[in-house]
Amino acid sequence: MTVVPANAGLSVRGLARRFGPRWVLQRVSLEVPAGGALMLVGPNGSGKTTLLRCLATALKPHDGVATFEGRDLWTERLEMRDSIALLSHATALYDDLSARENMVVWARMGGMTADVDALLARVGLPDTGPRPARAFSAGMRRRLALARALLKSPRLVLFDEPFTALDPVGRDMLGSVLRDIRATGATLVLSTHHPEIAGAYCDTAARLEDGKIVWRGVPADAPVVMGET
Amino acid sequence: MISLPHLASLPVTPGQLTGLLAILTIVLMNISRGRVWYHLPSWEHAFGLVGLSLLVDGQYLGLVDAPREAMMGETGRIMYVHVPSAWLTMVVFLFTCIFAVAFLLTGKRVFDLLVESTTEVGIVLSILLQATGMLFAKPTWGVYWDWDPRLVSTTVMMLSFMGVLSLRAALDDADRRATWTSVGAILATTSMGVTYMSVRWWRSIHQMQSSPDTVAKPMVLILRINAFAFLFLSVWLIARRWRIADAQARMDEAPPLPPEVTV
Amino acid sequence: MSWILRVPAVVSKELLIEWRERSRVSSLLFYSFALLLMVAFAMPDVRMLGDIAGGALWLGLLLASTRSLDQSFRVELENDSLEGMVLWPVDPLAIFYGKALANAFVLILVASVITPLLGVLYHPSWHGQPWALAAVIVLGCAGIAGPGTLVASLTAQARGSSALLPVLLFPLVVPVVMASARTTILLFQGDPMGQVDNWLVLLLIFNVVHWSLDGLLFARVVEEAG
Repeated sequence: MTVVPANAGLSVRGLARRFGPRWVLQRVSLEVPAGGALMLVGPNGSGKTTLLRCLATALKPHDGVATFEGRDLWTERLEMRDSIALLSHATALYDDLSARENMVVWARMGGMTADVDALLARVGLPDTGPRPARAFSAGMRRRLALARALLKSPRLVLFDEPFTALDPVGRDMLGSVLRDIRATGATLVLSTHHPEIAGAYCDTAARLEDGKIVWRGVPADAPVVMGET
Repeated sequence: MISLPHLASLPVTPGQLTGLLAILTIVLMNISRGRVWYHLPSWEHAFGLVGLSLLVDGQYLGLVDAPREAMMGETGRIMYVHVPSAWLTMVVFLFTCIFAVAFLLTGKRVFDLLVESTTEVGIVLSILLQATGMLFAKPTWGVYWDWDPRLVSTTVMMLSFMGVLSLRAALDDADRRATWTSVGAILATTSMGVTYMSVRWWRSIHQMQSSPDTVAKPMVLILRINAFAFLFLSVWLIARRWRIADAQARMDEAPPLPPEVTV
Repeated sequence: MSWILRVPAVVSKELLIEWRERSRVSSLLFYSFALLLMVAFAMPDVRMLGDIAGGALWLGLLLASTRSLDQSFRVELENDSLEGMVLWPVDPLAIFYGKALANAFVLILVASVITPLLGVLYHPSWHGQPWALAAVIVLGCAGIAGPGTLVASLTAQARGSSALLPVLLFPLVVPVVMASARTTILLFQGDPMGQVDNWLVLLLIFNVVHWSLDGLLFARVVEEAG
């Protein structure tokens, strides 16, 4: 056993996950230093979402290990979940409740004391009053889901295609949120189909294809593949 | 102890003869295919052979050798199928629960496959139990179905386990299927006690039926032989079913991971 | 045991959603009411209705519970909120007990509306104690909601869930239906042999077994949600 300093960031070694007979992740290895930010790119079905869901402990890896701050993510998932935030395609919203009610409900269930109204203003969600989330547009739902993710004060932030469905104003808002998150010293992993936008907020980048990492570098050099963005 | 003059006077019992014939058949089948022995390592076939021999002897004793039942006459002979299947239904479902707990504790696939096999064999045994019970009930009580507490609670138990199999069939992900089947099996077993108690009280408002298996002492040995026959055959069936499930699971397994390519 | 503190938060979330979708609860009431009418039409003689009133009540509640239990997990699966809760700092035990309490509350609400209706429609005689009727309604509804919440969590994510839920749930709650219906009938028709207490104890035992075991099993169920 090597002794890992407590401030070590995210370390992924040989992570693999299968669905049925298919290996969706085939031994992925990554290192993100504490406070660092990694951008994941790759075509649909390349395993970006599965990788993020494994890191969020929503999925059990079938091989390999992932550690954060020196602690195994899966075996210590009950404690680790407090410090991990996942923003995924599924918004985890209750469609029958209004934006504010959604926030209050999630804050109460998690025992969080964050200022709900300030968070809603932060993500630029206009006052929607008692309108249920069912009536929201896709962009508004993304903003509300982002506000929900910000209820936690996470040290590991996992964003799955956060720029999708946002208008230009929303992208600027998300950008400033990402900068704020990084300013808190949290480690960030985000997947995207917009490397030209997301690259500004990340230090390193990796490209996944068919469950394998095929390229590593800095965001500015991310290979542009026709038809993917 | 009971004396069994007829069977004891035979040079070879029918069961021994059946066992020998079965072995001979297997050997001949293998020789005719140009093999000396086929699948020797399948240990469960030994259980199958012993079970078959015991079953033939036990049924011969029950149907031919045993004295007529004093109260129920020749009908009483159905007891030699009914009672062992009742015992074995309980034993097999108990093992389903044990395997389900073992799976939840260890997460080993073998326990999940054994939960599946024992559930299916248990359901077959309980169908046999219901069928013989109803055939038993018609001449003794005059109706096929009499809301007898044991009959009702075993039917409820059978329905629970059938529900577990339906749940299993409706789930695609192997990990999820395994855990959820085990949870269902534990639920089905644990509710048995309260169900039996409640059916007894529920029936007590009417007149309780006399118990059908007030068994005379001389018949205990024959019942035991048949119970062991059922036990050995159940082990054989469960093991065979487990081998099928295991082969299926191996087929659905993901191929081995390719080595990591570092870039 | 700090998870107990989170149970009220989950209960209030469940009830808030039920309140926002009041039409679901009211359709549940109409469903049970229609069922009481249908049972009456299926009887050979309306004079028999007083005798079967207790049975009809619990049959109605059992069938209504399959609708509400299925619904309670449908809401969670619309946007994967169930997974959101598992990854949230909230213990699975709090999720289970919160949902089960809310489900029990909805059932008790339905029961307290259709029981007076039953009195009007079926003309049962009355020989019991009001507290005994209240006790059997609370214990009976809790006895359906406890295992029901666990079973619904299993079936909601399986194919053909609405048919699968009753298949798994009905055999499990046989003692609850028996005990509750028998007690209600005894309260209506008189209890010369003093059996009501025994039945209530049986209901209590069933509830203790299931409410303690099912929470632990639920924690395993949601851990396998991935």
